[in-house]
Amino acid sequence: MSEFAAIAVFLVLGVGFVLFNFLLSKLIRPKNPNPIKQSTYECGETPVGPAWIQFNVRFYIFCLIFVIFDVEIVFLFPWALVFQSLGLFAFVEMVIFVGILMFGLLYAWRKGLLRWY
Amino acid sequence: MLELDKLIGFVGAQIAALVTALGLGPDWVTLVQLVVAALTLIGFASVMVLGLVYAERKVSAHIQMRVGPMRVGWHGILQTLADAVKLLQKEDITPSNVDRAIYFWAPIVTFVAAFAVYAVIPFGRGLVVTDLNIGILYILAITTFGVIGLLMAGWSSNNKYSLLGGFRSAAQVVSYEVPMALAVIGVVMLTQTLSMVQIVGQQEKFYQWYVWRQPIGFLIYFVAATAEVNRTPFDLPEADSELVAGFVTEYSGMKFAMFFLAEFLNMFTVAAIGTTLFFGGWNGPVLPSWMWFLIKTLAGVFVLMWMRWTYPRLRVDQLMGFAWKFLLPLAILNILITGLFVVLF
Repeated sequence: MSEFAAIAVFLVLGVGFVLFNFLLSKLIRPKNPNPIKQSTYECGETPVGPAWIQFNVRFYIFCLIFVIFDVEIVFLFPWALVFQSLGLFAFVEMVIFVGILMFGLLYAWRKGLLRWY
Repeated sequence: MLELDKLIGFVGAQIAALVTALGLGPDWVTLVQLVVAALTLIGFASVMVLGLVYAERKVSAHIQMRVGPMRVGWHGILQTLADAVKLLQKEDITPSNVDRAIYFWAPIVTFVAAFAVYAVIPFGRGLVVTDLNIGILYILAITTFGVIGLLMAGWSSNNKYSLLGGFRSAAQVVSYEVPMALAVIGVVMLTQTLSMVQIVGQQEKFYQWYVWRQPIGFLIYFVAATAEVNRTPFDLPEADSELVAGFVTEYSGMKFAMFFLAEFLNMFTVAAIGTTLFFGGWNGPVLPSWMWFLIKTLAGVFVLMWMRWTYPRLRVDQLMGFAWKFLLPLAILNILITGLFVVLF
């Protein structure tokens, strides 16, 4: 358990370090805001509409494919750890598992989901 | 001085004696030791990033036959320190139509995700804060957390460049995460352990380095890691000429500095993981172990800087196509070949 205490300490102190820097900078920096300075940067022009609008659906599709393969990786890690002791059987099992996923990738590829336009 | 592990053992014992003298239990001893270790690493990380930024400018300059910073200190060696002080004094401009809470937390998430990795990196013999038995899996998990910070920054800024930069960055990092993790699995199949310390322990001799047994895996890791840290030729999220600065466009002052810090920390991290997994970590003759680790890691960082001035930027469709249509099948193939070798021989 103390192994993970180290992680907790690192997370807390990491946040603390950033907040400390913000505070330090707040103490010495000038502050004189005005509406033009605080407007959104758009190459010096007056911004046209908000940025929170519809975006390209490609980003979403790639994230979906990513989730599938990341879950595959989560399955692969325990397999990779023990497979030397399990031998040929475990290897064949994993070839089948990966084969199904690669078939899925091939399908996505043929459907044009991996094309960016 | 050179025996850093003995020095750290001595400091640890002193802390233990001090805390026990105050009448506190062993849990408090561990806690105080961990806090001191974390603060030391924060200091190390800050100084190292200052050095890396200076190195980046000098390397860039000399590759382009310029001299780079020369004025502040000997050969401009204090230039980045001066820049850091300047950033500390800069006004923090928060645009009026940002999503304030997310805008504030984005640099924190990005920095913490980059820094938390340092808890498990073995800097030398006995120089590791905690030897997690899931070390490399923890690193992969926590570095991916950085994507959330980038997305938060891109989305909350309410700026079109930031939004595009954030989305591009997220798409790129998650795409290259898959081949990178698969390349790591190739090594794990041979090591049969996820602990960083044990992985280093298995590569004592030069010929035991995993780069010899995983050459394809190393190449995949190298390309994917370059993309993970948004370095040229994969620097599309920042693409100065088209997206201004991507997700950091609206950030200024210390908030910007934190993104910058995280970026250079990540650069050091991927080089350190590469060293640990493929180049024997801190193993080496004559010199102390931590020095070997730094030499190998900084050599990796130098290659990343060198590449910036060698290759042009990719197009976004080439980038995504390369990850999914080439690197991913190659990484799967690498795993199958490795598995076949292990089963047959």
